[in-house]
Amino acid sequence: MPLSKVESGPADSSTTPQTLRVDINQMPRVLLRITRLALRHRGRMALAIACSVGSAAASLALPRLFGTAVDEAQFLLRGGNSPQATVNAALWTTAFLAITATFIRGILTMYAGYLGEYVSQQVAYDLRLRFFRQMQNLSFGFHDRVHSGDLITRGMLDLEGTRVFIQNGVLQTVSLLLLLGFAGVMMVSTDPQMAVIGLLFVPIAGLALARMGFLLRVAWLRIQELMANLTLTMEENLQGVRVVRAFAAKKFEMSKFDKASIDTLNQAYKRIILRGRGLSAMTLSFYASMGALLWYGGHQVAVGAMTAGRVMEFLTYMSLMQTPIRQVAMIFNSAARATSAGSRLFEILDLQPEIADRPQATQLVAGAGILRFDKVGFAYGDAAMALSDVSFEVRPGQTLGIVGPAGSGKSTIASLVPRFYDVTEGSITIDGQDVRNVTLASLREYVSLVPQEAFLFDNSIGHNVAYSDPWMPDERIIESAVTAQIHDHISTLAQTYETRVGERGLALSGGQRQRLTIARGVAPEPGVIIFDDSAAAIDSVTERRVRDALAGATRTKATIIIAHRLSSLMHADEIIVLEAGRIVERGTHEQLITFGKTYAATFRMQSQAATLDAHQLAPGDDTV
Amino acid sequence: MTPDAPHLSAQQPKPRARAPRATLGVAEDDVAFASFDAKVVRRFLAFLKPHGPAFIWAQVAVLTAAMTQLAIPAMIGKAVNAAVARQETMLDLALLAFVGLVVVYLVTSFLEQWLSARLAQRVIFDIRRKLFAHCQDISLSFTDKTHVGRIMSRLQGDVNTLQDLLETSTGAVGDLVMLIGISVVLVSMDWKLGLLTLTVLPPMLAVRAVWLPYSKKSFLAARDASSTANSALAENINGVRTVQENRREAINFELYTEKAHDNFRAQVGAAWMTQIMTPMVDILTGFAMAIVIIVGGGAVLDGRLEVGVMVAFIFYLQRFFEPVRMLLMQYTVMQRAMAAAHRIFEMLDVPVAIQDVPNAVALRGEPPTVEFRHVTFGYDPKRPVLHDICLKVEPREVVALVGPTGSGKTSIISLAHRFYDTDQGQVLVGGHNVRDVTLDSLGRMIAMVLQEPFLFTGTIEENIRYNTLKATTEDIVAAAKAVCAHDFIIQLPDGYQTRLGQRGRNLSMGQRQLLSFARALVADPQILILDEATANIDSFTESAIQKALKVLFAGRTCIVIAHRLATIRDADRIVVMKQGRIVEDGSHDTLLRLGGLYFQLCASAHASFDDSAQDVSAQASSAT
Repeated sequence: MPLSKVESGPADSSTTPQTLRVDINQMPRVLLRITRLALRHRGRMALAIACSVGSAAASLALPRLFGTAVDEAQFLLRGGNSPQATVNAALWTTAFLAITATFIRGILTMYAGYLGEYVSQQVAYDLRLRFFRQMQNLSFGFHDRVHSGDLITRGMLDLEGTRVFIQNGVLQTVSLLLLLGFAGVMMVSTDPQMAVIGLLFVPIAGLALARMGFLLRVAWLRIQELMANLTLTMEENLQGVRVVRAFAAKKFEMSKFDKASIDTLNQAYKRIILRGRGLSAMTLSFYASMGALLWYGGHQVAVGAMTAGRVMEFLTYMSLMQTPIRQVAMIFNSAARATSAGSRLFEILDLQPEIADRPQATQLVAGAGILRFDKVGFAYGDAAMALSDVSFEVRPGQTLGIVGPAGSGKSTIASLVPRFYDVTEGSITIDGQDVRNVTLASLREYVSLVPQEAFLFDNSIGHNVAYSDPWMPDERIIESAVTAQIHDHISTLAQTYETRVGERGLALSGGQRQRLTIARGVAPEPGVIIFDDSAAAIDSVTERRVRDALAGATRTKATIIIAHRLSSLMHADEIIVLEAGRIVERGTHEQLITFGKTYAATFRMQSQAATLDAHQLAPGDDTV
Repeated sequence: MTPDAPHLSAQQPKPRARAPRATLGVAEDDVAFASFDAKVVRRFLAFLKPHGPAFIWAQVAVLTAAMTQLAIPAMIGKAVNAAVARQETMLDLALLAFVGLVVVYLVTSFLEQWLSARLAQRVIFDIRRKLFAHCQDISLSFTDKTHVGRIMSRLQGDVNTLQDLLETSTGAVGDLVMLIGISVVLVSMDWKLGLLTLTVLPPMLAVRAVWLPYSKKSFLAARDASSTANSALAENINGVRTVQENRREAINFELYTEKAHDNFRAQVGAAWMTQIMTPMVDILTGFAMAIVIIVGGGAVLDGRLEVGVMVAFIFYLQRFFEPVRMLLMQYTVMQRAMAAAHRIFEMLDVPVAIQDVPNAVALRGEPPTVEFRHVTFGYDPKRPVLHDICLKVEPREVVALVGPTGSGKTSIISLAHRFYDTDQGQVLVGGHNVRDVTLDSLGRMIAMVLQEPFLFTGTIEENIRYNTLKATTEDIVAAAKAVCAHDFIIQLPDGYQTRLGQRGRNLSMGQRQLLSFARALVADPQILILDEATANIDSFTESAIQKALKVLFAGRTCIVIAHRLATIRDADRIVVMKQGRIVEDGSHDTLLRLGGLYFQLCASAHASFDDSAQDVSAQASSAT
């Protein structure tokens, strides 16, 4: 996997929004690829460039017009014998042409800008959809390795960095080159010597600004990194405010803050110098060129070898080129940004999803509902085996309990059934059909996994319960909530099932969230249901009610319960005890207690560690 | 193509209204704060005061740079005039002056940039530091009720908005000087022509005034659309497991496509709005030029105007509109900064409730007792959560607090550490009223372990040491060994130097708990306050925690909010709370005999073990 960089670091990848260097070797490849994306919209791109050309031409007409106006005025002044009408006509014509030129320039600049934005937004739209689809198709294995914050950054900031290059990089470069080319040709054909002097500043300023643009990006990335560090320092201080107060650690915290803050300040100072130097180089070369032009042209005029209008014309060319040349910095800045952003974005888009339907995959045909693990072995990536030689069978109407210490492979078993990962050895079958040979859609419709971590969407309760099927009838939603012992609580809310949960809505306790998750899991009436420690935050009494309700109310054929709390699964038809990925004990609760090994010891320990809590006094009322 | 089902509707019911004691009011996002508040400005200026000299020099540099920039075209005009008049000496003199001006401009514009950018960074640094330091002192009842994200948006978002203003404001001063300067120069060179040229300014302002409300709406729409699309992406990434578990890929993709498309339309609309101003400005520039050509050209012919003046006019015109545009933009920045500054000062005005009284004494060597004398307390004084609490904990006594959720256990321990002040009655530590002792010495005497262990980003060693800066590595290892954390620490890739992810995400809950124990042990307090974790912890860590607690309790005065029977049995005394009052107080056996609430709690804890309740209690009592 190309993302090994992300995989290894324990640090939160979301705190460093971008990779910290701009890889120059990557530059041509990535920038070309972005350019190709833009060229898919050839028609609009061509039109945008045509508008740029037009507006450049209109810009360049202006100096000629002024030059002519000045010369005409002067010629008439010297000669002084033309009729007033001719003079006025000449002036009015020039004025009219000036207005026309600026009008055309304005309209064309507007269209060039608009079309550029249009194309870039179109590319962004395409990329956005591709990225979103890719996010949904990539397997759990991928999402385990790459932090969600990092992915969100890629889908938002890196996508934006890539998009902006189409305008600030591709189109801007084209129009700058066109303008320079036209101006160069016009100037050289008018007066080669003057042209050389007047254009002298272009390469010098261009180089200085290109360097500045690139380095500013690098410096910016460094500042972002330091800022992220500062943010983290402040955020942790606020989140851990009780620890800070409890240890009276204000001084210590201030010194941490000061260090992070001063680092940021110093880096910002460096960036200021970098900017100042680049801009000064630009100013210096521009005015040096202009001074030389004035000196040479002025003396030519003084000896009568050149008209003042010509000098005027060249000076205007120069000032017309000043703004576009300044954009060299922006072009290079944007190119540097697009290089890192684009390569991060494409890296994800180019991944092949590990888990996908096989070419001849068929629909899962639900039969009796026998789930079988046959000598299943599994390893995450290149790591050691997380499961070895695991075999079991859950027959219709039966429950399998799985216990074991953290990291013994319990959750792995749960994720293998809906094929969130593929087994490394052995096979998993449902009614004799290997899960790898059926379509993911039909498999996951038949299997429901209720995870430990209760993730709810920022939407109504009803929406969350009916997540697997938005067209689910309300009765089914309520039924599921009743099964999960959460209906009574929902009924007490003012907006019942329409109450919004999550960030912008109701705050639910851990137990309530888990019960909603259970409701969501049972709502589609799956054939196989797996509870992956999904009752950890629910008190034992409520949990028992949930279990009883489940037993009575579903078409569920096979149930797997994974739990730390043995009381959750001691009623299972079979219990397997896992240790380091292997089954070390199996049997019913009574058999295992008699056996007197790990299970029995754990059971004793838990009995002693019983908790005295409010939950037990008022089951189901575990508010906040 | 939205499937028209009830549970996809994105209704947004308002979160339940709350009446917090102190919160941040002003609306977060908008420029709503257009009004100019002199008080805010005055307070803001106070931050500039320490940097007075730098500020003055920056202004000097700005003024000089603007003046020289103004003088440069005039000098070009002079040079052209000299050339036309064939006065080569004059020409050389004018050129010399030109060079001089350029040098001054170069130096001052660099200084302007450098000084003002540094000043902006420095002032921002000061403001952020002051704000952060204030956060260390404000009362916990504020932080309890204010989301960390909201405070962070003050510390980062609002402070950065101010930085934008500061960085651009010196430039704005320069622009203003330029604008006034150009107008003055134009009018003084030829007042009729000057005034005539300036007539294009009012139409330009009028056009902008018409454009502004439309563009604002369009920009807001673009921002909303983009944040809608982005939050849909973020939610889908964060919940990707749920999405795949429930096979929602196709529906979500469809919903997202719609959002992405809305975003595309909104962005393109905003681009149109931005671009439409370009031809307006350009055409008005064209009109101004036409005026110069016709009127100026005529004047040159009549001999009323020199050619050089006309050249200078055209140069000034090309620079006239840029400052206008910048200044108008600056106005928006200023409005936003005004709102940001207002919010920052609002935060600085949040009163500091808990601080050292003038003659606060430092605790040293007092016997470690904690006493509550008729304490009544409420987070909202009208609704007390503790009523008339009297409790004395003797030196080296271990007291377990037991009771249902909401009975006031957490409030008691918060008062002992003076996180809040009592409404009535007194809390005494070491015989002193906690209000009369320094917070520092109170923090040294009492250490606190919270229910949710909070770890900071950094190494394990740094986390254990935390504020006990004098602790050596040996002390830290010894503490880790004492609380049974050493074994798992040395198994981590870098042992004690292993960096923890944000909030110790790479450790299990139980391991984090053990680290927070070690942190308290290194601080070696005479009084320990502990809120036991309720989370489900695997059996191995559970037994480690039980052992660690014994070490922590040894030789200290302890108040522990206990959930586990094992912990409660280790206590010398049990205090049972209910609805903010102490209802029972005594040893385990005494209280069991009493047959009150404690008895019920014990009984119900066993009851959760269902059928085997008898076995469990038998085992539990045999283990004692």
